[in-house]
Amino acid sequence: MSDEKSVEQRATDQSPENAPEALGEPGREVRAVGERQGMFGVKGSGDTSGYGGLVAPVVLPGAAQRPYGGWFDTVADVLDPLIEQVVIHRGEITFHVHRDHLVEVMRLLRDDPSLRFELLSGVSGVHYPGDTGRELHAVYHLMSFTWNRRVRVEVAAPDSDPHLPSVVPVYPAADWHERETWDMFGIQFDGHPALTRILMPDDWPGHPQRKDYPLGGIPVEYKGASVPPPDQRRSYN
Amino acid sequence: MDTTGTDFYADGTDTAEGRVFTVTGQDWDAIAADMGEGDAAERIVVNMGPQHPSTHGVLRLILEIEGETVTEARCGIGYLHTGIEKNMEFRSWTQGVTFCTRMDYLSPFFNETTYVLGVERLLDIEDQIPEKAQIMRVLLMELNRISSHLVCIATGGMEIGALTVMTIGFRERELVLDLFELITGLRMNHAFIRPGGVAQDLPPGALDEIRSFVALMKKRLPEYAALCNANPIFKARLENVGHLDLEGCMALGLTGPVLRSTGYGFDLRKAQPYCGYETYDFDVQTWDTSDSYGRFRVRLNEMHESLRIIEQAADRLAKLEGAPVMVADKKVAWPSQLSIGSDGMGNSLDHIRHIMGESMEALIHHFKLVTEGFRVPAGQAYVPVESPRGELGAHVVSDGGTRPFRAHFRDPSFNNLQAMGVMSEGGQIADVIVAIASIDPVMGGVDR
Repeated sequence: MSDEKSVEQRATDQSPENAPEALGEPGREVRAVGERQGMFGVKGSGDTSGYGGLVAPVVLPGAAQRPYGGWFDTVADVLDPLIEQVVIHRGEITFHVHRDHLVEVMRLLRDDPSLRFELLSGVSGVHYPGDTGRELHAVYHLMSFTWNRRVRVEVAAPDSDPHLPSVVPVYPAADWHERETWDMFGIQFDGHPALTRILMPDDWPGHPQRKDYPLGGIPVEYKGASVPPPDQRRSYN
Repeated sequence: MDTTGTDFYADGTDTAEGRVFTVTGQDWDAIAADMGEGDAAERIVVNMGPQHPSTHGVLRLILEIEGETVTEARCGIGYLHTGIEKNMEFRSWTQGVTFCTRMDYLSPFFNETTYVLGVERLLDIEDQIPEKAQIMRVLLMELNRISSHLVCIATGGMEIGALTVMTIGFRERELVLDLFELITGLRMNHAFIRPGGVAQDLPPGALDEIRSFVALMKKRLPEYAALCNANPIFKARLENVGHLDLEGCMALGLTGPVLRSTGYGFDLRKAQPYCGYETYDFDVQTWDTSDSYGRFRVRLNEMHESLRIIEQAADRLAKLEGAPVMVADKKVAWPSQLSIGSDGMGNSLDHIRHIMGESMEALIHHFKLVTEGFRVPAGQAYVPVESPRGELGAHVVSDGGTRPFRAHFRDPSFNNLQAMGVMSEGGQIADVIVAIASIDPVMGGVDR
C-alpha cells in the first residue's frame, strides 16, 4: 500500500500554480476568488511606495488533468459523473461537487467497496466574498481506515441562497460540525435534525466567521499612544 | 413555592412546558414535596453545569431523568468560545501559533504542530524542516501526551472520588510542566513550534533533565496501575460504563483512546506518520472492552509508549548538538535568535546588537519578516496529528497573503463529545460523569 499512500508529484505539474497569467490560458479554467490591491495592503492612508495602484487577482489552484496518479484515479473514476472539478495541490486531492450531488457523493464515498471513507473528520466553512455566486464553501475532510486515504470534498452555495443538503443521514458525525458551520457562516443545512447555534448564544445576531462580520475590539491607550484594534491596524496582504 | 423565580441572577426564566425549580442545595425535601404526584414526579429535566465541578470545565449537561436513570442527555457548549479562528485571520502566519496554542490548553503542542504542518505544506517546505526541529517536536508532543493523559486520569479519578489519583496525577504533571518551562520558557501558551521549525534550541542540561524525568516516571507510572488497575471500587465505577463499540465510533467520528478502546489499533502516528514518527519504535495500545475502563487502560499504557519515544528522541538529540532548529530559507525562518531570560523567552542580546548596531540590512529583514511576515501560496491543506484525544487537524486556507484566509481546527474533543448522549442514555446519573471523563473533553478545544 506504500505506493498508494502518497502521490509524488509537484503541484505545478498538475495544477497551474497561483499564477495570474494562467487565467487567460485556454483549457485551464482558473477562477479568481478575490483581488489584492497595492503591494502592502495599506488602506485609508497615503501609500508613498508607488505600488498602491497594483491590482492582482487572488487565484486558487486550478483543476487538475487526468491522469491524477495513484489511487486518486480510483476514487475519481467512481465519482466521475458527479464531480465538477478535481484539484490536486500539495499532494492533497479536492473534489468540487455541486450541492445537488453532495449527499449522493458522500454515500458513494462511504459505501463503495473501493472507496470506503468511514470517517468524516469534520466540516469547515470558508467564506470567499469575491467568488461571485459561490461565496460560501463547505469543506468536508474524509478518511478511509480501510485504504488509509484522505480526500477533501468541497461544495459551494451563493450568499443569496445559503442552502446545502445535510450529510448527517450519511455521516452522523457531521451533526455538530454542520451546526458550527451554520453558526459561524449562516449556511443552512437542509435536512439536519436540529440546526441550532452551537458556539454562539442562541439569540446572537449574525454569523461571526463571515468576512463581512467585523472582528471587533476597542483602541487601547498605553502611555499616551493609542493602539487600534487588530482589524484596524496597518496590515499587509 | 418560593424556590421559583426568586433567584436574582435567574430571574425571568421562561419555559415552554412544566415548572422550574431552582435548586440551591439542602432543599431537596422541600422540592420533592412540591413536585407532588404529577408530571414532575415522573420526568425531570436537570441542568447540570455549566459550572458543575464534575463536568470537566464549563460544559452544560441537559439531562432528562426518571429517578436515577438518564433517559435523554444533551450537551450545551460554547461557554468558552473565544473566536480564536477569527482572530487568526487578523494576524500573520507565525502569530497564528500564539493563538492556536491556547485552544486545547492541555495539549498545546499538538495544536501548534497541526497548524504548523499545514502551513509548511502550503509553503512546500515540508522536506526542508531540519531533523532536529522534527525530533524536538516529537519530544515535546510526547511529553505533552503524558501530561494530558495524567490530567485526564487525575480529574477522572477526582470525579469518582479517587482523590489520591488526582493528587499523584497533578504531581507528575507538574514535572512535565517544569520540563516545558525549561525548554520553551513557559508552562503553557508556548507558541514554541513555528512554521519552519521550532523557536529555540534545547537549553543546556535539558537532556539530563528529560532523562531523569523518564527514569522517575518509570517508577511512578506503575503506581497508577497498582492503585487503579485491579481496584474493585475503581473497576466497579468504570467497567461497562460509557460503552461505545467500533461501529458507534466510526459513525460518530470518534478517534483516539475511545476508538482504540474498542480493540481497533488506529493511530495516525502509525497510519499517516508526520514529523518522522515512522522512525520511532513504539506500539499502538488497544483494549477490547469499549468502555471507560478500557479507555483508562489505553491511556495508562500510552504513557509508557510515550516514554519509549521520549527516550529515543533524547538519544537522537544528544547526537545533534548545535544543529539548526529552523529552516534555512531566510524568507520564512524567524529572523531573531531567541534566548530564555529570567522573564521568559525573548530576543537574544546578540541579535539585538547585530540589527541595531551592525547591519542595516539585517534590521530591515527583521522588521519586514516580523511585522509583515511571509506570504503563503494560495491553496488549502489539512495535516492531522494524533493528539491525546484523537485526530486533531487544522484546515488551513491561504489566499496568497501574509495572513491565514481561514484556519479551522477539527478538535477531537468537539467531535467526541457528540457521543456523550449515546454513552450515557439509559444509565445512571453518576455514570454520566464517568462517561464524559472517559471522552476527556477539554472545553478550550471544544469551543475554541
